[in-house]
Amino acid sequence: MRLLKIFFMISIILNFTLLKADEIKTENQIAKNLRCLICQGQSVYDSDSEFALSLKLVIKDKINEGMNEKQIYSFLEQKYGEWILYDPIFNRNTYFLWLLPLLIFLAGGAIIIKKFYIKK
Amino acid sequence: MSQKKEMKFKFTPIIIVVFFFIIFIIFFTGLKNSNIYTPNINIEKKVPSFTLNSLYADKETVTEKIFDDNKFHLMNIWSSWCIPCREEHEFLMELKINEKIQITGFNYKDKTNNAKKFLDELGNPYTKIVIDGDGTASIDWGAYGVPESFLIYQNKIIKRYIGPINGKSLMEIEKIIE
Repeated sequence: MRLLKIFFMISIILNFTLLKADEIKTENQIAKNLRCLICQGQSVYDSDSEFALSLKLVIKDKINEGMNEKQIYSFLEQKYGEWILYDPIFNRNTYFLWLLPLLIFLAGGAIIIKKFYIKK
Repeated sequence: MSQKKEMKFKFTPIIIVVFFFIIFIIFFTGLKNSNIYTPNINIEKKVPSFTLNSLYADKETVTEKIFDDNKFHLMNIWSSWCIPCREEHEFLMELKINEKIQITGFNYKDKTNNAKKFLDELGNPYTKIVIDGDGTASIDWGAYGVPESFLIYQNKIIKRYIGPINGKSLMEIEKIIE
């Protein structure tokens, strides 16, 4: 009977950690995608500044409120502007940024094809 | 054949020069951009609502109730451990004399005793002080450090001061109020 009790308790504790672990995982994932505004070259996840610590708390609260990742990003973007997000949004200012690799790829392809044609 | 070779010989260096020129322009303009976060300080925004404990009275304060009148308000984020807050304090005391503006203190991540000691020592310019113990409410304001001040009129943030308030910003505030 006692053994059963202990087994029961352990299984409950393990389940709790599992739930928590999942939550912490999304929390960290979000924090890794945010730029710490007062420290240069660090994400919120990496930083231990006062700002980053409170931001991590806010992320936790928002997850508990039932917001998903995207909603949290847009919430923070509203507060701090796009600069806080590491992943730049695809808009008029960033067309060049996003399309440049594609352009370079096409140019490279063109060069290769041209070379082959010249050889033939 | 020889003509083609000559063409090719001229063509490659031109491409290389143009390529490096473009890269030079991109990096040169990038050099001038500040890579430190600079928020837009002149955008009008509605005051975010929060419910926080106040420092002296043991009750909760709702933001809308503070700013919901026809007066100018300055919400000042401060902390006893923040050194620039000490420098800025004398200007706040000066601003306190002006009757057209009310200063609200926003105590950021501080110990209550230290905050009270700080005010006993330097004077209290605030009509109301709310405490933000874990800094989560400051995120709602888009604040990212201490000290920071928001000039508010009719529930709208009309101006934002990042860093300590100095003589220059004090004059500016007084000009806006007039």
